Amino acid sequence: MITLTINGKEIQVPKGTMVLDACQQAGADIPTLCYDPDLRLAGSCRMCVVEAKGRPNLMAACVSPAENGMVIETESPDVVESRKIILELLLARHKLECHTCERDGSCKLQDYCYRYGVTDSRYLNEMPHFSKEDPNPFIKRDYDKCIMCTKCVRVCEEITGAQAINVEDRGHHAKISTVFDGKLADSTCVFCGQCVMVCPVGALTSKVSAGKGRSYQTQSVLTTCTYCGTGCTFELNVKDDHVVGVTSVRDSELSPVNKGALCVKGRFGWDFIESEDRLTTPLIKENGELRPASWDEALDFAANKIKEIKAKNGPDALALFSSARATNEENYLAQKLFRAAIGTNNVDHCARL
Amino acid sequence: MAEEMRVLLEYADKINPEIADEYVKIGGYVGLEKARKMDPNDLIQEVRSSGLRGRGGAGFNAGMKWSFVPKNAEIKYVVCNLDEGEPGTYKDRIICEKNAQALLEGMAICGAAIDSNQGYIYCRGEYPFIVKLLKNAIKSAKELGALGDFNIEVRMGAGAYVCGEETALIESIEGHRGEPRFKPPFPGVAGLWGVPTVVNNVETFACLPSILTNGAAWFAGIGAAKYPGTKVLTLTGDTNNPTYFEVPTDYILRDVIYKLGGGVKGGKKLKAVQVGGTSGAFIPESNLDTPIDFDSMGAIGAALGSGAVFVMDETRDIVDIVSRISKFFEHESCGKCNPCREGTFRCREIMEKINSGKATQKDIDNILLLSRVMKKAALCGLGQAAPIPIESTIKHFADEYARKIV
Repeated sequence: MITLTINGKEIQVPKGTMVLDACQQAGADIPTLCYDPDLRLAGSCRMCVVEAKGRPNLMAACVSPAENGMVIETESPDVVESRKIILELLLARHKLECHTCERDGSCKLQDYCYRYGVTDSRYLNEMPHFSKEDPNPFIKRDYDKCIMCTKCVRVCEEITGAQAINVEDRGHHAKISTVFDGKLADSTCVFCGQCVMVCPVGALTSKVSAGKGRSYQTQSVLTTCTYCGTGCTFELNVKDDHVVGVTSVRDSELSPVNKGALCVKGRFGWDFIESEDRLTTPLIKENGELRPASWDEALDFAANKIKEIKAKNGPDALALFSSARATNEENYLAQKLFRAAIGTNNVDHCARL
Repeated sequence: MAEEMRVLLEYADKINPEIADEYVKIGGYVGLEKARKMDPNDLIQEVRSSGLRGRGGAGFNAGMKWSFVPKNAEIKYVVCNLDEGEPGTYKDRIICEKNAQALLEGMAICGAAIDSNQGYIYCRGEYPFIVKLLKNAIKSAKELGALGDFNIEVRMGAGAYVCGEETALIESIEGHRGEPRFKPPFPGVAGLWGVPTVVNNVETFACLPSILTNGAAWFAGIGAAKYPGTKVLTLTGDTNNPTYFEVPTDYILRDVIYKLGGGVKGGKKLKAVQVGGTSGAFIPESNLDTPIDFDSMGAIGAALGSGAVFVMDETRDIVDIVSRISKFFEHESCGKCNPCREGTFRCREIMEKINSGKATQKDIDNILLLSRVMKKAALCGLGQAAPIPIESTIKHFADEYARKIV
């Protein structure tokens, strides 16, 4: 264990702890933009700078290992001045349209400007023009709001493994881009939307949820994705009893299976919920026509037919084809039913391609 | 004192740098032979006690840097920084052109000290002829057996100033974007391809053969006590003698300009001198009697840096020059960290506004505030040093700014 002093408070942390974690343990709230505990460290936004006694420069807390005897101030005049100027520099490149932005109320740039009283930027002059139309049904890319934290690049590479985007060009011209600055659809992008999940501002947003309600207007309902047996956890964003979006749950206690990661279907494919084509009751086909039935009636009907076929042609005249949309447990029960109760090994599954 | 002291460049133009045999005839590779017979710890101690400090600009004790390399690591690398991107600096090119074998020998000495048999030279993209020269020099040294089992490979940059920063250089050798890494871990612990790596400048490596041959005490006795040895300087701008010199490190800046340089061109008065390349501070006439060594330069708020000396005569427009410098940094910022990416861009905007006569005192205040934050909070040396020319000229040449603001 090593001992260090943070804002006058002495704390002990294991060797190898980063200053950021030590500060958080000491109760100091450190602002971060490029930091993400699940991603490779970047140390580039410099919002988490803190002052360590005896060091000439400020240190980025997220990438600095805590050292024994360090004396750290997390809100010293130098630290606050630097954070304010960094925010002013970011504001000067950020298209300020909070009034229509999807991320109004859940934007880190907005939160930190509020926290440090940054109302305006003294460096406001020429704006970058990185905005582009990307014709895809899922992800809106507005790089005039991008603050270059590169979390989208890292999540795409390290969690999704798609490597669809990276930083192109240099200095103030640097921007997030696909290869040859093409469309996402022409890249290796799989539209999982992990980039949308980690974007701290409104640069990457869901087109499917656009205009349907911001975070403070919706209620969150923790649930499990019904698309497949993986069982990913997410939150449905509900406004006036309508689902208007999906938010990742990154807490591994709540979301042990996927830790926030989703696929295109889970993140963007929830509009079937209110589709008119959706089945809401079982249907039984009679004289070539489907008619609604109760669950009891439908199950009795199916059970009787199964018994009838088994009696007439033996158990191997029956086969089970189960669905990847059912859970592992449900699939286990289904094959058990066919093997043990019906007596056939004719069991197959849609995931066995 | 107005004479050069040539150690690295003693045999300049007298031997062919591509031919190892010619170097051996003037006493070359004796240092390496001696180094190989020494215990690595003693070798590191010898270099450490010579007081040799990094010649690339940071001025870190070379032997101490080597001592950070873990002894038990299986693979280690020796990397030579020949990116030489500072405008006005060409001393590494001169050292290669005049005495390339000393560089190779120095790298092999470092290899002996840290137990590495693989070296890389990262050469700036604008020096394709040096790449050719070095490849021939390496081939000749290998054929002669002078390098033993130490191998050297030459890698080429692609024109990014930031790749002179050691971790960006490593990223570039690895084939990634030339962006600096955060430190720690330092390259000595996790450098090229994640293994312990010593990165030194060409001139630092080239000092090593004579240190081993003549002894640490000999080297420590040359020039300034805390930054001993000689330094190759490149003199540019309004000087009568724009060339390179090798001088002991206690040499006075005034003598560089007036004795070696033959004074300001056209008999004009000197207005300012910038030492250490584009990121260096502007030094006014009143500070010319300062020795060029690292600490003396630091004491007047300047930096020896790479050893470039850029002379500006009385007719030069300081604000215009700094405005151009700010454009250079805007162009060369890699874009990784916020203070540098956005800061260099806004510095250029404000400097151009001042230069065009449209700025007010408020703009000066804003650029000074921005400079302060860049120095304190930027990720690497580029962003931290980019505002130095601005700050130093606002300090020493305030009247030039005052004339241009409304």
